[in-house]
Amino acid sequence: MSILAILVLWECLSLFEVVPNYMLPSPAQTVEAFIGDFWLLMSHLKVTLLETLLGTVMGVVIGYASAMLMDRWEPAYKAFYPIVVLTQTIPAVAIAPLLVLWFGYKMMPKIILIILITFFPIVIGTLTGFRSADKDAINLMRSMGASRWQIFKHIKFYNALPNFFSGLRITVAYAVVGAVLAEWLGGFAGLGVYMTRVKKSFAYDKMFAVIFLISGISLILIWLVDVLQKKCMPWENAEPIKRKRDENKWIKN
Amino acid sequence: MHKLVTENITMKFGSETIIRDVSIAVDQGELVSLLGVSGSGKTTLFNCISGIYTPVSGRVILDGEDITGTTGHISYMLQKDLLLPYKTIEDNVALPLFIRGVPKQEARQQASAHFEEFGLEGTQKKYPKQLSGGMRQRAALLRTYLFSDDVALLDEPFSALDTITKGKIHKWYLDVMEKINLTTVFITHDINEAVLLSDRIYIMTGKPGEVRSEMKIETPRSQRQDYDLTDEFMEYKRQIVALLDERER
Repeated sequence: MSILAILVLWECLSLFEVVPNYMLPSPAQTVEAFIGDFWLLMSHLKVTLLETLLGTVMGVVIGYASAMLMDRWEPAYKAFYPIVVLTQTIPAVAIAPLLVLWFGYKMMPKIILIILITFFPIVIGTLTGFRSADKDAINLMRSMGASRWQIFKHIKFYNALPNFFSGLRITVAYAVVGAVLAEWLGGFAGLGVYMTRVKKSFAYDKMFAVIFLISGISLILIWLVDVLQKKCMPWENAEPIKRKRDENKWIKN
Repeated sequence: MHKLVTENITMKFGSETIIRDVSIAVDQGELVSLLGVSGSGKTTLFNCISGIYTPVSGRVILDGEDITGTTGHISYMLQKDLLLPYKTIEDNVALPLFIRGVPKQEARQQASAHFEEFGLEGTQKKYPKQLSGGMRQRAALLRTYLFSDDVALLDEPFSALDTITKGKIHKWYLDVMEKINLTTVFITHDINEAVLLSDRIYIMTGKPGEVRSEMKIETPRSQRQDYDLTDEFMEYKRQIVALLDERER
């Protein structure tokens, strides 16, 4: 509803020329530009999505493995945790040009940037999940003779799932933005490259079209993560048993 | 030979002695209670028996074998059911079998075979949060039983339940114990519960926690329907209250 209101306001702004049309295209013009450039956009999108996917998957794998390592060995935690936090204080905008410089204009620097972006929320979320597992439950499993790996498999893994997924949700949106940013700074294909081109030709309608495409893609990815989470965590949505059945029938009187 | 023996167990954390020279002996199939106020070190003793803690001195002997400080022999059940919220009841109770390396399907089958006995049929595929407190405690008991049909430690297992549910579960418990004949050490601070369920009661006082007296309940467990309304029950209760009071002074 509020989104609709903004769209109407926006259409009015450009209709009555409050803002010059070449600076702020109307929604209708944006849609037109989107349709006109649809196939070109899709071909660039393919590149961006591939980078996002590869980067995210690798980032998640590396992040998860690091979290496991830091959970398992306290020295690893002490040694690496500060570094992990430190990497997060370096702005992505600052490293992206360096990565382009080091790894060229192809996919590599984009993927590395996405790995760097993905890594942090996954490590922190997952590690918190591992560490917050119920101590009593772990002790109970130990009393039953469980190994470290079994404790991980039966308790810590599940305990970290909600944190993992909230990390992943943040991460996928950032990853798309990261990919676009890296492409913007240098590349041959991708939505970021498309953006630099339309910017140079002052085609602001196309610029708006690609902005909406990017946020649309991010939203879809977040939604996919939610779907995946529901699939992976069926117990979250389990309904309480309807208490029609008389529980006391089991008890001999 | 006794089934389970603790020999002069002393446990300290830092310089503080939590329990001192605790010796108890439990026979096969017996249900023995440790009764005492909070802080008398009952739970610490359990952690020593299950091997989570290694006592400063003393030994834990199971079937004549010294198991002091080693896990994997005796498990316990707490007031918190500790059912894992993300596993179905079936997988929760089969957990000790998974740990032992029994293949998944087989473990589930073995677990399922007991669901009826424990009044849990139909809950196999449910998640813990879908069950009532009483049902969850039964599932936790079944899990303990599947770990070892030999000896179990129960640490105030029913104290979180309301009085009515507790009364019902006590009856159920006597009934199921009759069938499965589990050797049990039972921690409680509830005098009624101790007299109603036990063959013998060790009375513990703190601090540090020590066993002060031992009491045998003569009426067999199988004849304890409405036992809590009899004079004999009241007499035991009076004796215990007197003992606990005496220690206070």
